[in-house]
Amino acid sequence: MTETTANTNQIAATAPASGFSGADIPAYEDYAHCVHCGLCLNQCPTYKLWGLEADSPRGRIRQIILVDQGRLPLGDSFVQHIDQCLDCRACESACPSGVQYGKLVESARAQIEQNYRRPLFSRLARDFVFRRLLPYPHRIAILARVLYLYQRSGLQSLARASGILGLLGLADRERLLPPIDRKFFFSSLGRTYPAIGQRRARVALFAGCVAQVSFSKLHEATIRVLTANGCEVVVPAGQTCCGALAAHAGARDAARGVARTNLDVFLKDDFDAIITNAAGCGSTLKEYGHLFPAGTAEHSKASAFQKKMRDATEFLADLGMTAPLAELPLRVTYQDSCHLLHGQKIREAPRKLLRAIPGVELVEMNMADYCCGSAGSYNVTETETSLALLAEKMKHARATGAPVIVTANPGCLLQMRAGAQIHSTGQEVVHVVELLDRVLAKSH
Amino acid sequence: MNPQLIRDLIALLGPKAVLSSPEDLMLYEYDGSVELGSPKCVVFPSSAREVSEIVRLANRYEVPLLGRGAGTGLSGGAIARDGGMVVAFSRMNRILEIDAANMRAVVQPGVVNLDLSRAVDHLGLYFAPDPSSQKACTIGGNVSENSGGPHTLAYGVTTNHVTGLELVLPDGEIVRTGGKNLETSGYDLNGLFVGSEGTLALVTEITVRLTRKAEAVKTLLAVYDTIDDTTESVFEITVRAITPAACEMLDGFTLRAVEDYVHAGFPKDCAAVLLIEVEGLSEAVEAQAAAITEVCKLHRAREVRVARDDRERALLWKGRKEAFGALGRISPMYYVQDGVIPRTRLPETLRRIAEIAAKYELQIGNIFHAGDGNLHPLILFDERDRAQFDRVVAAGGEIMRHCVDVGGALTGEHGIGMEKNELMSLIFSPEDLALMARVRAAFNPEGRLNPGKVLPLGKGCGEIRIPHIPASAATPA
Ligand SMILES: Cc1cc2nc3c(=O)[nH]c(=O)nc-3n(C[C@H](O)[C@H](O)[C@H](O)COP(=O)(O)OP(=O)(O)OC[C@H]3O[C@@H](n4cnc5c(N)ncnc54)[C@H](O)[C@@H]3O)c2cc1C
Ligand code: SF4
Ligand code: SF4
Repeated sequence: MTETTANTNQIAATAPASGFSGADIPAYEDYAHCVHCGLCLNQCPTYKLWGLEADSPRGRIRQIILVDQGRLPLGDSFVQHIDQCLDCRACESACPSGVQYGKLVESARAQIEQNYRRPLFSRLARDFVFRRLLPYPHRIAILARVLYLYQRSGLQSLARASGILGLLGLADRERLLPPIDRKFFFSSLGRTYPAIGQRRARVALFAGCVAQVSFSKLHEATIRVLTANGCEVVVPAGQTCCGALAAHAGARDAARGVARTNLDVFLKDDFDAIITNAAGCGSTLKEYGHLFPAGTAEHSKASAFQKKMRDATEFLADLGMTAPLAELPLRVTYQDSCHLLHGQKIREAPRKLLRAIPGVELVEMNMADYCCGSAGSYNVTETETSLALLAEKMKHARATGAPVIVTANPGCLLQMRAGAQIHSTGQEVVHVVELLDRVLAKSH
Repeated sequence: MNPQLIRDLIALLGPKAVLSSPEDLMLYEYDGSVELGSPKCVVFPSSAREVSEIVRLANRYEVPLLGRGAGTGLSGGAIARDGGMVVAFSRMNRILEIDAANMRAVVQPGVVNLDLSRAVDHLGLYFAPDPSSQKACTIGGNVSENSGGPHTLAYGVTTNHVTGLELVLPDGEIVRTGGKNLETSGYDLNGLFVGSEGTLALVTEITVRLTRKAEAVKTLLAVYDTIDDTTESVFEITVRAITPAACEMLDGFTLRAVEDYVHAGFPKDCAAVLLIEVEGLSEAVEAQAAAITEVCKLHRAREVRVARDDRERALLWKGRKEAFGALGRISPMYYVQDGVIPRTRLPETLRRIAEIAAKYELQIGNIFHAGDGNLHPLILFDERDRAQFDRVVAAGGEIMRHCVDVGGALTGEHGIGMEKNELMSLIFSPEDLALMARVRAAFNPEGRLNPGKVLPLGKGCGEIRIPHIPASAATPA
């Protein structure tokens, strides 16, 4: 007995125990590819903002390694720098060594979730959002009704005018709240929209969670554009939140839960593709395989599912637009959505679609490949940083002189709309698909 | 570190510009090399005046200090070998002036190399030194290391593109050398400071020369079945006095890793390729490209391909510039060598490297600036294997020794730093080294600025120092 203890102590003395334990431990095989060359530094929005190694991709990976080596505690400092990461994955695009940073940071967050005690309020709020709200569409609907009343009853204007939000420190966050639709998209679940003209494909639409109460118009536009281009669109009933917000925040158990539901729902039928208009969701949906251990039945289901997942812009650009488009003389600029560009490596598709609209002139924005600060729920949890990044972004957006900013993800839309308002650039912000829908609508 | 010094630094710079907790300091113990060493504090100045005050405080408290740019250096230059203070320039990153008429720019040292080229792109200009790390490394770092890149062949190294400096000397004095004009009289002080690896002064402002983009550019990819044919083509291009702007070689082993990453259409089954660029007036470019194609074909190039458009050209260069990292995909770590040899000795040198790889049972990828004989053999290793790491270091030593034996040099562009300072006596006589020591003493008499770099410390003279086993070596199984 004493001997064993002595032995363990000895091992502990030579190799300190890893600070990670439990499920979802960042894997040596993943982080060992980082050769600390630093080529990713200048691509990282937080490094550009503060110039700190601790808030750079290389520094964050190093901190993960140090915790695994037991040299750095899984404590406040580690949590702060991992929290401050946008999970925008620009570092992945920059990295020649193929480090899958997104996977690393999400496992690090899962570790934080399991092994670090956040302040009570933060714990309760996270638990509520990831485990009790997002997976349940009817709860989202109830909350959305309340918010709708707040936004439309005059209470919002009152709150804004009274300055009370400012006093509560909520002014900026409140501005970033999604505007709630009058009519929710839930009623469309289970419906099938026939293709216009000859059917070229049969696809499923992934409708998401919050998007159903604040982006129903975008969903409707997506359906119109798809059907106009010969797609039969099915909106499967029973689908739920993709789990991206939960996975980014480290609540991988919650992400797994919703993933299981979606896998069942979407694999029941044989679609040519499963389509999303939200790049943030798409990047998680295309990586469902990361959530389940290789070799399990769930993992193979996830692989089958992933193969069918397409971003709406990716799918339309590949399929080719056949619907006639009206002319739209308009100068636009495109802001890359991080989870489309860096998460899914899709750069050309949205640009190709924009150029396909007769009359549209696409002016590239300087640093379009840097995050706007939306980053899922980052603008709520790290508001100050998010707004600093937004200010930079709006400077570049304004400089293009384009009256319309186009992007490919609802989160980015909200953030950039808030940006246009805060910085009074007078620019309209729309989704690629919405712009396509406008030129369709005209030709009808 | 003296707590009073930390308090003084905070009073000077504010709390957000001083790091002194162990959690933060651990993240400054590495750079792009295999060396390690943790500083005792890190400061982030925002002006030359602050840098000067920092230096004065370091003197008062007798603490060593050194500059740091992006920490992409490959010889441990930015590592605090003896503890001390790191002066990080990441927040001094503004372009102060673009003078298109005179083709000059004035920048702070923390400006990233490629960011400058992007900022002047619309004027048809760029900053010519193009190290492969250019999307991340800083101009301050380039100045300190006198960095080069693929286009060094035609445009020279950093020193050829710096016309003025603002410096903080090790006693805290702020001085200026040069300016926008090229000075020809008096001592060439710019030349003295450029390439001094941060041991003579801290650089706080740089005036650089901008270069006009060529009217026409052509990028050729020549594919070979043997290494000898490849190196002989390079030799013959030189003999025929054809002057490409860049002439880079990658061996087949490296190429396979690169292709998996960039998908540029590099053939995966060849022995080596040459990536050659010619630029200038349209007609001259055509003529040169034709001449080069002829030489390559003569030396049994299996294929000579010309990049069709900017996209393909960019892709080929991405493959070359990110080749080190691409090797990081197939191995946890690499040890980059940086030797220079006369171009005539290329074929035998590559054969020698292959022998060394076999002898130590190691994988070595070869990437280099073939045009100017600057080799970068990359030795792959897994940090967890201590015995293998010892072989890596021994193999590196043998390669460097070979370079010296065939009449070459210890570093083409990555600097001496703390990695090769003990090897300096292989090429420099004691008199040469004493002269260098006198130059250093003239500016840095206490040796407080970047100690333990460049000049040998005299320990184990002539032997390659065994670098620390890298941090991740202690990874739990
Ligand atoms: C993948 C990869 C590819 C590379 N390719 C090349 C290449 O093709 N050619 C090449 O030449 N190099 C190359 N390098 C090496 C490296 O990028 C260069 O040496 C670069 O110039 C270093 O810049 P940095 O900003 O990272 O400097 P750091 O690494 O931070 O510092 C380098 C040295 O400069 C000193 N220093 C930095 N800033 C200052 C300052 N303001 N005042 C005084 N001293 C200062 C430091 O003390 C240190 O000695 C490569 C590195 C990597 C990782
Ligand atoms: S993540 Fe990639 S680019 Fe960044 S330091 Fe590591 S290897 Fe280099
Ligand atoms: S994901 Fe984005 S914010 Fe996070 S380290 Fe990478 S580049 Fe930086």
